[in-house]
Amino acid sequence: MAQVTLSGIRKVYPNGFQALTTTSFDIPDGEFTVLVGPSGCGKSTLLRMVAGLEDITEGELRIGDRVVNDVDPADRDIAMVFQNYALYPHMTVRKNIAYGLKNRGTSAEDIAKKVAQASDMLGLDDYLDRKPSQLSGGQRQRVAMGRAIVRDPALFLFDEPLSNLDAKLRNQMRIEIKALQRRLGVTSIYVTHDQVEAMTMADRIIVMNGGKVEQIGTPAEVYHAPASTFVASFMGAPPMNLVPAHAVAGMVRFAKTSLAVETHTDGPVTMGIRPEDLIPDTSGPLPFDVQIIEELGAHRLLHGVVGDEKLTVHVGKDTDVGTGPVPLSVKPGAISLFHHETGTRL
Amino acid sequence: MKRAGFTTAWLPILLLVPQLIIIAVFFYWPAAHAIQSSFYLQDPFGFGSTFVGWENYTHLFSNSEYLRIAGFTVIFTILVTFLSLGLALLLAVKADKVIRGAHSYRTLLMWVYAVAPPVAGFIGLIMFDQSWGPLTEFAQMLGWDFTLGVTYFDTATAMVVVSVWKQVPVNFIFFLSGLQSIPKSVREAALIDNRSASGRFWDVTFPLLAPTAFFLLIINITYSLFDTFGVVDTLVKGEPGNNPMTLVYKVYVDGFRGNDLGGSSAQSVILMVLVLALTVFQFRMVERRIHYT
Ligand SMILES: Nc1ncnc2c1ncn2[C@@H]1O[C@H](COP(=O)(O)OP(=O)(O)OP(=O)(O)O)[C@@H](O)[C@H]1O
Ligand SMILES: [Mg+2]
Repeated sequence: MAQVTLSGIRKVYPNGFQALTTTSFDIPDGEFTVLVGPSGCGKSTLLRMVAGLEDITEGELRIGDRVVNDVDPADRDIAMVFQNYALYPHMTVRKNIAYGLKNRGTSAEDIAKKVAQASDMLGLDDYLDRKPSQLSGGQRQRVAMGRAIVRDPALFLFDEPLSNLDAKLRNQMRIEIKALQRRLGVTSIYVTHDQVEAMTMADRIIVMNGGKVEQIGTPAEVYHAPASTFVASFMGAPPMNLVPAHAVAGMVRFAKTSLAVETHTDGPVTMGIRPEDLIPDTSGPLPFDVQIIEELGAHRLLHGVVGDEKLTVHVGKDTDVGTGPVPLSVKPGAISLFHHETGTRL
Repeated sequence: MKRAGFTTAWLPILLLVPQLIIIAVFFYWPAAHAIQSSFYLQDPFGFGSTFVGWENYTHLFSNSEYLRIAGFTVIFTILVTFLSLGLALLLAVKADKVIRGAHSYRTLLMWVYAVAPPVAGFIGLIMFDQSWGPLTEFAQMLGWDFTLGVTYFDTATAMVVVSVWKQVPVNFIFFLSGLQSIPKSVREAALIDNRSASGRFWDVTFPLLAPTAFFLLIINITYSLFDTFGVVDTLVKGEPGNNPMTLVYKVYVDGFRGNDLGGSSAQSVILMVLVLALTVFQFRMVERRIHYT
């Protein structure tokens, strides 16, 4: 177990493409950190640099108290779970799990014990003598997990390990992986582009966009106080409502209404409100016109407009609304303001 | 997968007919003819033939020259097969590190494959030319007085070298594409699991190349046995004399030079049986093991 420290890490690929701008952050010992961001934002690049599969162009990487920039992947005391599992197709499940241990000079007795433990933990007992080709996707995923946990590494690295599974299995594995990590207490970095996975699994989320870190924070921080309009629209489904507005002395004017805000600023801003922070209220100040109602069982999404601006409102299944005018009020303290051009939080 | 089907039965048959005719005319018919003649003793001047039963075969197996050539062929085949496979594998592994999917290199290397065996043999002749062949000079630098076509061992060496040279590119291409088809992430997983590069090669890369290697083994054995005819022919300059030759070349020498059609037919039949055995072995292995995913 170890803390991971990135100091001024940058990545430029041999073709000159800068996949990661200079980045620094720590991952505390035992924490489950999720790297999330849209496709191509450099998540895998960052993870692979930590793994040692990609050179670090600039900066210093520490795992524990050791600078590992020039340490071979095999010597970094890490274990990685790949998106396509990367199992050795010619080895049985048992050999797949044992391979890393064998090469580290673990005695046959210990290997057998550890493999038995891991396979027990992951429910792989019946499959130990099968080849990967004879397993389902979910089972392969477990083998990949098994291969990582037997090694008892200082750091787990996951690169979208669940994206090849169907939705149901993904939900189940999500919980299992998180529980396993809790139990083992191993520092973990988990890459995903799925914000639900990020919210549900993370102790801390690192949101990335276009090769740079947009925000680092707990799921609640990232959700409730997004650092930028990018984070606001990336995290949460449906995303935060973002509309242009005008701030004057503790108030923000939007659609001929003034709303109280905690941020004191003046001038044009982008106002962000989460869909669930807008409440249908007959005496509410916002004249909302519902156009489409999306029925989602446990709740409903009302899509409509205030003036020219599109808004989405999240309501419980018991709220009785129809299309047409529905006045809205805003939960106190629920308004985020962003710079109207740069999109950073004010 | 959806199967494409024909609506009528005669169309697929019709489409197969040209191929079937070619196989029948150029393979089954000569093969049947060879089997038949192998039981006859042909008059050298073409005036009839006498049925002699297995005599052509028994004669071969008591003929010390035939056995010596068979022995040479075995050694030649083993050397050519393993040298060309080994060299190609070594080159492919090195190249794979440098070029991930660079097709231009592959195409360049493929050119050697396009060289016909007699041409390869001819290039070999030039390389080993007595007075100015660069390889001859190289051998002389090492204190080896190389005389192609005169000294048995030297000719044999040249035959092996040229045959290997000709076959390496083919093997290289197959090994390289075999290597490149190993998923990147599997290699990376191995990189994390094993710090020793040679360990990774023998534990992960090589087993995953095994299907390719096995296929190439069969191809190379067949090549060494049969396709080196042109190389041998050019290097011994049609003068077998004291020179080494392979079984296939012996068929030709006996049949077309010595006019011993019966004996040469018997030799062809033996080679046919060998190919058959090799093919059966290959199918068995392919069915049995060596394939994953
Ligand atoms: N070997 C490479 N050479 C040049 N550019 C690369 C290389 N590998 C990745 N890139 C580029 O770097 C950027 C980041 O890639 P990366 O694989 O880290 O994205 P990602 O965030 O993991 O995306 P995804 O969610 O699709 O996996 C991409 O724009 C990609 O095109
Ligand atoms: Mg990725």
